[in-house]
Amino acid sequence: MTLVLFRIDERLLHGQVIVGWGMRLGIDYYVVVGDGLAESDWEQDLYSAGLPERTTADFVSVAQAIERFEELDARSGRGALLTRGTGEMRALAEAGLLAGRRINLGGLHASEGRRRVLTYVCLTRAESEDLKIIAETASRVTARDLPAGREVELRDLVDVVD
Amino acid sequence: MSEVRGIVVAHGDLARCLVETAEGIAGVSGALVPISNVERSPAELSSRIREAVGRGPAIVFVDLVSGSCAHAARSAAREGADVSVICGVSLAILLDFMFHNDMELIDLSDRLIEKGHAGTSAFLPDSL
Repeated sequence: MTLVLFRIDERLLHGQVIVGWGMRLGIDYYVVVGDGLAESDWEQDLYSAGLPERTTADFVSVAQAIERFEELDARSGRGALLTRGTGEMRALAEAGLLAGRRINLGGLHASEGRRRVLTYVCLTRAESEDLKIIAETASRVTARDLPAGREVELRDLVDVVD
Repeated sequence: MSEVRGIVVAHGDLARCLVETAEGIAGVSGALVPISNVERSPAELSSRIREAVGRGPAIVFVDLVSGSCAHAARSAAREGADVSVICGVSLAILLDFMFHNDMELIDLSDRLIEKGHAGTSAFLPDSL
């Protein structure tokens, strides 16, 4: 199991992920899961622009992530799997791929229908439900923006939304 | 020819600090608009940049070549207006922009990139 970070963050490959988490955990490869991203060369170029040398990023659809999960989780080095929203991560959970894994909620910002839970996490009721489904199979679901930040348990997040 | 608008997009409070400092040195105000990414979603940040760009021409200066600011700036710039995105903004770049924003967008962008490169120098111990 070489995927050591599973993160939900609508900003995907950005400073906190590449520097804050990537440097700390020694990430060698990223797997970015999203149906639109998997088909957009432009977005892939955009998000790959700041990757450190010898670090790679694969952009896969949800279906491809499920189909290729075993291979994506058995590469040399250490990997991080990123999704833009809760829905993609829930799909992986429902496919039985997140058993025993810790899921990190790193950034969902204010938009219509979302309720603020933390400075960097705002959730709709549907997103809150997605997280509960993920937590049924994952070992733990918590919010934390950076490795040194305070970890907030799922129950404290969804209580605000419910 | 209309002046090129300047928008500075950066993490935390950096954009405001850069713009205020550049204005303080140059004695010019209003040439640059600072935008922070703090507590803004990617969509909201892009929307704010598009609003500041208006109909262009404009240069969006960002701090890091990869990050939420660069992603939002490049996304906003794709949507039709006459816009360049320059990553790795520095005080040297902004000061030069403030006195040359009547140039053509592409020429000005090239000039500022050269200024940015020239403004990064190392004076190593044995050369001091």
